[in-house]
Amino acid sequence: MKTSYDMLVIGGGPAGAMAAKCAAEKGHSVLLVEKRPAIGVPVRCAEGVGKELLHQFLKPDDSWVASEIDQAQIVAPDGFVMNLKPEHAGSEVGYVLDRKVFDRELVWQAANAGADIMVKTRAVCPLTSDGRITGATIEHNGLKTDISAGIVVAADGVESKFARWCGVNTTVPLREMETCAQYLMTDIDIDPHTTVFYTGNSISPAGYVWIFPKGERTANVGIGIAGDKSRSGSRAKDYLDRFVSMNLPKGKAIELIAGGVSICRPLEKTVFDGMIIAGDAARVSDPLTGGGIYNALYTGSLAAEVGTTALSNGDVSAKALSVYDTTWRSSPMGIALERNYQIKEIFVKLTDDDLNAIIHSVSDMNMSEFNTLNLIRNIVTANPRLAMKLGKAGLKQLFDSIS
Amino acid sequence: MITVRRDICAYCGCCISVCPQGALELIDAYLFVDTEECTDCGICVRVCPLGALEVTP
Ligand SMILES: Cc1cc2nc3c(=O)[nH]c(=O)nc-3n(C[C@H](O)[C@H](O)[C@H](O)COP(=O)(O)OP(=O)(O)OC[C@H]3O[C@@H](n4cnc5c(N)ncnc54)[C@H](O)[C@@H]3O)c2cc1C
Repeated sequence: MKTSYDMLVIGGGPAGAMAAKCAAEKGHSVLLVEKRPAIGVPVRCAEGVGKELLHQFLKPDDSWVASEIDQAQIVAPDGFVMNLKPEHAGSEVGYVLDRKVFDRELVWQAANAGADIMVKTRAVCPLTSDGRITGATIEHNGLKTDISAGIVVAADGVESKFARWCGVNTTVPLREMETCAQYLMTDIDIDPHTTVFYTGNSISPAGYVWIFPKGERTANVGIGIAGDKSRSGSRAKDYLDRFVSMNLPKGKAIELIAGGVSICRPLEKTVFDGMIIAGDAARVSDPLTGGGIYNALYTGSLAAEVGTTALSNGDVSAKALSVYDTTWRSSPMGIALERNYQIKEIFVKLTDDDLNAIIHSVSDMNMSEFNTLNLIRNIVTANPRLAMKLGKAGLKQLFDSIS
Repeated sequence: MITVRRDICAYCGCCISVCPQGALELIDAYLFVDTEECTDCGICVRVCPLGALEVTP
C-alpha cells in the first residue's frame, strides 16, 4: 500500500471529490479517503442547485439531474403565495439533483483523473511535524496506517472533526445549526418544475419547509429549524410530520433523511501550515438558504488550484496558502455568504406578521426593478413598523451588506 | 451520560458539530460518545432532528 502522497483529501463529498479530481488532473498523486462504505449515501441534502453555478464545473447529465426548475413559490404564514419567475433576481433557475448518483460521479471523475480512492476508510488523527500538518493516520478494516502528504485537504463536511483535531475551533453555536428532516415523497400533487418554500414560525421556526420536485408526483419534502427552537416533541421531524399530515396527507414517504446545516459565519481561518479546509467543513454553506453544493465544489476546486501551486513551489505554509482564503472570501460566493448572513440574522427574528407583510409587499413590487436593494427599500417603505424593529443599526447593516 | 437510542438515530451527524467538547463522532453508522469528554450539557439532545439522544443519570 502506498503511504506517501502529494495530497491527502479527507471526505468524499462534492468538496473532497472536486479537490481530488483537480489536483490529480495536474499530475499530482492524490489519495481520497471516505469513511462511509458508499459514496453519497445516506443522502443529507435537498439536492437543489443553481443551473449557472453548476455549469461552471459540470455538464448536466440525465443520470443525476432529477428535475429542472423554472420557478419558485414562497408561501407566507397566512397562506398567500408569491411567485418568483426566473427573470427576477434571487430566483435563479436550477436543478434538483440525484445526489446518490451525482456524488458518485464526482468521485468516479476523480478516480479517472488518477486519484486513489479508499472507502470505508476514516482519518482518525492528523500527523504533525513542527506544527505543520503532514498527513493523517487512517483506519481501514481495523488497521491503522500513517499516510504522509505534502498537503491535506480537510473536506469532511458539517461534522468537521479533522480540523478540530488540528486545534481549530469548529464548534457551531446551537442557534446556528439548522436541524433538518426530509422525506422523499411520492404520489403527491406538485408541479415538477416549481420549488415551493413555506415560511412561518408555527410551520418552521427560524427556517422553512421546502418542496423540491424530483420528477412527476415525487419530491424532497423537508424542513430545517434553528437548533435553539428544537425541543422534545417539537423537533424537525415533528414539524415535518405535522406539515405533511396537513398538506400532503396522501403522499407516501419512501425515504427518511436527517441532517444538519451550519448557518454560522465561515471559519475565521481556512488555511494552516500544510492544510486547507474546504466545503461544509469550512462552514461555507449559505446561512440563508442552507445551500452548500456549489460552495463545496468551488472551494474544493480552489483548494486544489492553490494547493498544487504551493506543492510545485515547495512551500505549503499557511502564508503561501493564504491566497485560498482571500480568494474565496472576495469571490461572489464569499460576498453572498456575508450578505446572506446579515439577512439571516434579521430573518430569524421576524414574526409571522412581519413575514406576511414582507411577502405581500414584495409581490406588489414592480418586478422590472427587482433587485436586492429595491427589495429591501420596498419592504421598509411598506412596513415602517418592521423598519422600526430593525432599528437604524439593523437597516444600515442590511444596506451596507447589499450595496 | 448521553444515551443513543439506536433504533431512532439516523446517523446524520447533526449533533456532532454543536458539541462544545468534541465528544461525538460518527463512525459509519455508529454514533460514538466519548464519555471522558462529555459533560452531559445536553446540547446534542436539543439539536437532534429525530430525538435519538437522551441524558440519562
Ligand atoms: C437536510 C439538508 C438539505 C440540504 N439541501 C441542500 C440543497 O438543496 N442545496 C445545496 O446546495 N445544499 C444543500 N445542503 C447542504 C449540502 O448537502 C452540503 O453543503 C454539501 O454536501 C457539502 O459538501 P461537502 O463535500 O463539503 O461535505 P459532505 O457532502 O458532507 O461530505 C463530507 C464527507 O466526508 C466524510 N467524512 C467525514 N469525516 C471523515 C473522516 N474522518 N474520514 C473520512 N471521511 C470523512 C463524510 O462521510 C462525508 O461523506 C443540505 C444539507 C442538509 C443536511
